[in-house]
Amino acid sequence: MQKNAYFTGLTIPLLLLLPQLAITVVFFYWPASQAVWQSFLLQDAFGTSTEFVWFENYQMLFSDPGYLKAFINTAIFSTFVCVLSLSIALLFAVMADRAIRGAEIFKTLLIWPYAVAPAVAGVLWLFMFDPSLGMLARGLSDMGIAWNPRLNGNDAMLLVILAATWKQISYNFLFFLAGLQSIPKSVIEAAVIDGAKPWRRFWTIVFPLLSPTTFFLLVVNIVYVFFDTFGIIDTITGGGPSGATETLVYKVFSDGKGGSNLGGSAAQSVVLLVMVIGMTAVQFKFIERRVSY
Amino acid sequence: MVEDRRLGDIIAYVILSIGVLIVAFPVWLTFVASTWDAATIINGQLPLYPGPKLFENYYRILFVGTSGTTREPVLGMMLNSFIMAMAIAIGKIFISVLSAYAVVYYRFPFRMAAFWIIFVTLMLPVEVRIFPTFKVVSDLNMLDTYQGLAVPLIASATGTLLFRQFFMTIPDELLEASRIDGAGPFRFFKDTVIPLSMTTIAALFVIQFIYGWNQYLWPLLVTTKDSMQTIVIAIKKMIVTSDALTEWQLAMATAMLAMLPPVLVVILMQRLFVKGLVETEK
Amino acid sequence: MAQVTLTNVKKIYPGGVEAVKGVSFDIPDGGFCVLVGPSGCGKSTLLRMVAGLETISAGEVSIGTRVVNQIGPAERDIAMVFQNYALYPHMSVYENMSYGLRNLGTPKDEIDRRVKEAARILAIEPLLDRRPRQLSGGQRQRVAMGRAIVRKPQVFLFDEPLSNLDAKLRVQMRVEIKKLQRALGVTAIYVTHDQVEAMTLSDKLVVMNGGQVEQIGLPADVYKKPASKFVATFIGSPPMNILPGTIDGPGIVALGDAILEARDLREDLAEQTPVEVGLRPEDVEIASEGEAGSLPFDVEFIEELGATQLFHGQLSGLPFVMQAATDVVAAQAGRIWITVDPDRVHVFDVATGARLGRV
Repeated sequence: MQKNAYFTGLTIPLLLLLPQLAITVVFFYWPASQAVWQSFLLQDAFGTSTEFVWFENYQMLFSDPGYLKAFINTAIFSTFVCVLSLSIALLFAVMADRAIRGAEIFKTLLIWPYAVAPAVAGVLWLFMFDPSLGMLARGLSDMGIAWNPRLNGNDAMLLVILAATWKQISYNFLFFLAGLQSIPKSVIEAAVIDGAKPWRRFWTIVFPLLSPTTFFLLVVNIVYVFFDTFGIIDTITGGGPSGATETLVYKVFSDGKGGSNLGGSAAQSVVLLVMVIGMTAVQFKFIERRVSY
Repeated sequence: MVEDRRLGDIIAYVILSIGVLIVAFPVWLTFVASTWDAATIINGQLPLYPGPKLFENYYRILFVGTSGTTREPVLGMMLNSFIMAMAIAIGKIFISVLSAYAVVYYRFPFRMAAFWIIFVTLMLPVEVRIFPTFKVVSDLNMLDTYQGLAVPLIASATGTLLFRQFFMTIPDELLEASRIDGAGPFRFFKDTVIPLSMTTIAALFVIQFIYGWNQYLWPLLVTTKDSMQTIVIAIKKMIVTSDALTEWQLAMATAMLAMLPPVLVVILMQRLFVKGLVETEK
Repeated sequence: MAQVTLTNVKKIYPGGVEAVKGVSFDIPDGGFCVLVGPSGCGKSTLLRMVAGLETISAGEVSIGTRVVNQIGPAERDIAMVFQNYALYPHMSVYENMSYGLRNLGTPKDEIDRRVKEAARILAIEPLLDRRPRQLSGGQRQRVAMGRAIVRKPQVFLFDEPLSNLDAKLRVQMRVEIKKLQRALGVTAIYVTHDQVEAMTLSDKLVVMNGGQVEQIGLPADVYKKPASKFVATFIGSPPMNILPGTIDGPGIVALGDAILEARDLREDLAEQTPVEVGLRPEDVEIASEGEAGSLPFDVEFIEELGATQLFHGQLSGLPFVMQAATDVVAAQAGRIWITVDPDRVHVFDVATGARLGRV
């Protein structure tokens, strides 16, 4: 944590820290504390007076069926995106890890979607599956499958899941590949000598050794689904139809947008804040344990 | 290893090829759409090969703009995106390299306090505190400015942690040798720490440039003037709910242009990109 | 060039740990002083205090006539060679060697002249444009030395500079360091835990243990008359045999049934005082059975070293090693008789480990 060779003094280090601390305080701590403060306030319908209401906003929040629905949406959305993007990425990574010719080229061809903005990814998928002009949507209707993400909530959810998964595969692939390549060759060779066939070798040796990477990716993916998919949802469905794809983050935005329910929106922010802090804490506990191995 | 690998290799090629297809198909379709006229797309007759309107569509979107929704030519929006991405990347590198140097190479009271103040911001994205942050920016009269677009997004701990981690790997003896060679804190920073950090700086730059370029929610809130729009938020505005009004060929061309710079960065600077991605997340 | 004087130098860490417990000695101008001891004995800390990399808790260090306690490392007129060389990885060999002079604002042509000269002395002229990672271990070592030489310092400081090299290179560089130091006539302080380096390089050997000096002297004197049991077993390879014995009269010790004459033994010790007797493996000779002062040695196995051979076995039931020329033929196992030159019998106090020698 600390070097054995160092400088002393107070003015210079504080000057060095000043830009970062100033920006962090002004644009992070101040707004975050504002969010916490607002979550205890209630504005009347005309916005003329505010009242300190303790946990009333939170009570309202948790008795609001719309909020409960956003919770469920988020859970479904996260589960599907995490499971799909992790397993597909793992499959690709295992294949690319085989020392086949052209593995580097495949790697390049698989990682670039990381650079596509979530909002743009949303537009791409919307275009393919738009019920009136989308090429794949037409393919579905030709096969007799009813498809309309504008009206059907399940269709809409499926579409945002697909788009979010597509965007996240490259990231997971990269980390799985790095994880696979860091497994010592000698361990695999020992397993070969012990007579383990490739399939068994993967599940008994490779996959367990990959578990730190998997766990890390799981946490990162959950955070990704919670926050970074805002652009995907906003471009594809705008949270609809009738709230079917409204996630927790999206609801913070849509409830706070008109300025009518700032207290409720702030309370939602605080709930999210607590959840992310919880996830971060879990991850750090895990990293700590891994270090002690 | 002595093992029959042929079958396995074939399976690997097949699966990876399917993967590349899945990954590339939406983008290919977007590209194709950007080369046809509006009617072909709206009628749902889009073929799988490019059409004749490539130059016309891109010329129009870059220098003229759509007829209704966003009005401005996209070239100006790309410039806005570029300025925002550069400001975020450079700003973050600047503040975090300084703060990491202070935290690692100085011993002073409040050192740990300063570190924790920065560290706590690690995993809390702007979305969580979006409206209060918006209010601060608006109170500071920074709406519709490049500062307003970039500065709030600079406040995060990733850069500081990355540099801190790298500085810890610089052997103490280099500082001691520098001292014997007569270099003080400033010279050591300039002559040794910064040159040694160049690849880390470049890697962080690549990641932050992509991050900045791809911002959506924040620019959506803090820009109200058309002239300050970024390209990513413009695409959404081009797609209006009534299909007939959407000039899809132009929206798709905009999408291609929005993807181009960050994707090029990833492909051309793959080594730095991978390094940046893997190390910022450690 | 300058003399270095340490007066009651102490290092006490904030936690209260005393790493160096009051050390005093001086090194004459142009002298080569080696600090040797096991790891954690305080030798590196002492060196780093001379360099100015550690603060001095108490006492005084002076270089020449100047007390340097409060002077920064760059102003002490010293140069240091680190264990891992600490070359700046992003600078060429030339830039590495010239960095210190550039910081001092030395004129360019003067820098160039000095770097070229040092490169010539060290035979690294063809490497000047390379980066450290393009060099072998031995070459890096030379660059580290070069960086020290160009500054024309009053004192060279070496912190285990050879420990990262392989055995053969180490011997070669050892000789070169000594030659170089002689040619330049610069005072040198050299820290090592390798007793061969310590013996061969030094003209003043300082043996340290537990933050204290155990013995200071010419290497040959330290070897011949170790001041304590610690020094006796630390210097010399294979290490000195230590056996329990008792005083049997003036200049006489008893080892079990056998009686040994010890010419350097103090004479004021009471009979029957328990002592520890040290015999170097190379000082032991084979005798014929029943010869006066001979000891029975039960050989268990023999190690052939090429130039010499080592007999391992037991003497009065305790492990014992002797070194013999290769032409000495002995049965692979069995009892032989040995004698020791009375001038080379070392006797130590049981409690303090101090040498019980004539004053």
